[in-house]
Amino acid sequence: MRFEYKVEGGDFTQAGNAASAIKKTLKQLGVDPVVIKRVVVALYEAEVNIVAHAWRGVIYADIEGSGIKLRLEDEGPGIPDIGKAMTRGFSTASEGVREMGFGAGMGLPNISENADEFHIDTVVGEGTTLNIGIRF
Amino acid sequence: MTLKDLCKLIDGRAVCGADRLDEGVKYGFASDLMSDVLTLKSDDFVLITGLANIQAIRTAEMSNVSYMVICRGKTVTEDMLELAEENDMVVIASPFSLFKCAGLLWQAGLKELY
Ligand SMILES: Nc1ncnc2c1ncn2[C@@H]1O[C@H](COP(=O)(O)OP(=O)(O)OP(=O)(O)O)[C@@H](O)[C@H]1O
Ligand SMILES: [Mg+2]
Repeated sequence: MRFEYKVEGGDFTQAGNAASAIKKTLKQLGVDPVVIKRVVVALYEAEVNIVAHAWRGVIYADIEGSGIKLRLEDEGPGIPDIGKAMTRGFSTASEGVREMGFGAGMGLPNISENADEFHIDTVVGEGTTLNIGIRF
Repeated sequence: MTLKDLCKLIDGRAVCGADRLDEGVKYGFASDLMSDVLTLKSDDFVLITGLANIQAIRTAEMSNVSYMVICRGKTVTEDMLELAEENDMVVIASPFSLFKCAGLLWQAGLKELY
C-alpha cells in the first residue's frame, strides 16, 4: 500500500494529518501497538519538522507485510550540520514554532531512536529528505 | 486516583469525556514541550500541560495518551475539542498553574513517570 501526503511549511493546523492517517491504517492492519507508536511518533516528528523548518514537502509511506518505509522530501533551507542537528537540545526553531510547543531539539534524535533505519540527505538552500524504515 | 478526585484537587472541569470521570489514573507527566512527551514509552498517564493548542491534543493522540489536564484557565477551542473527542480523550481544564496542578496531584499520590 502506498500513501502520499502534502505538507505546507508553517501550517501547524494540518501538522499531524499524515501521522494520524497512518496510525489509523496500521491499527486496521492489526500491527503491534508498540510498533505503531514508534512509527507514528517518528512520522509525526518528521512531519512537524517540515512544517516548522521547511517550506513545503511530500510524505510517501509504503506499507508492506514486513514493515513500513517512510520518505519525507522537503523543499527548504536544508541542514548545514547534520551532526549538530542530531544532538539533543540543538534547535534553530523560531519563536512561533516554540509557542506551538516545539523546538526542544529532541525530534531528530527521537526519530532515530524509534526507527530501525534512518537516513538524512540534505542540500543547503534546496531541501532535506528523510528515509525512515520500521519493521513490523 | 479517579479522574473525579483529580478534578476536585485542581478545581478541574471536564470539557471533553465528562462521562468518564470514574476512570482511574496512576501516573502523571507535566510538560509544555511536545517533543519531550513524544519520547515517553508509556502511555498510561495523565498529561498536564500549559499548552492549549491543537498540537497539544495531536501530541496526546500520537502518544496514545487518553487523559489531559490543561492548566491556567486557558481556552480549549472547538478544534481542540473535536480532535480530542475523535480520539476518545478526557480533557480537564484547571484554573491553576502547571506548577500548582502538578504539585497538588503529586502530593495526593499521583506518581511520577520518572
Ligand atoms: N526538514 C528540515 N529542514 C531544515 N532544517 C531542519 C529540518 N529538520 C530539522 N532541521 C534542523 O535540525 C534542528 C533539530 O531538529 P529536531 O527535530 O531535533 O529539533 P526541533 O525541531 O528544533 O525541536 P523539536 O523537534 O524538539 O520540537 C532544527 O532546529 C533545525 O535547525
Ligand atoms: Mg523537530
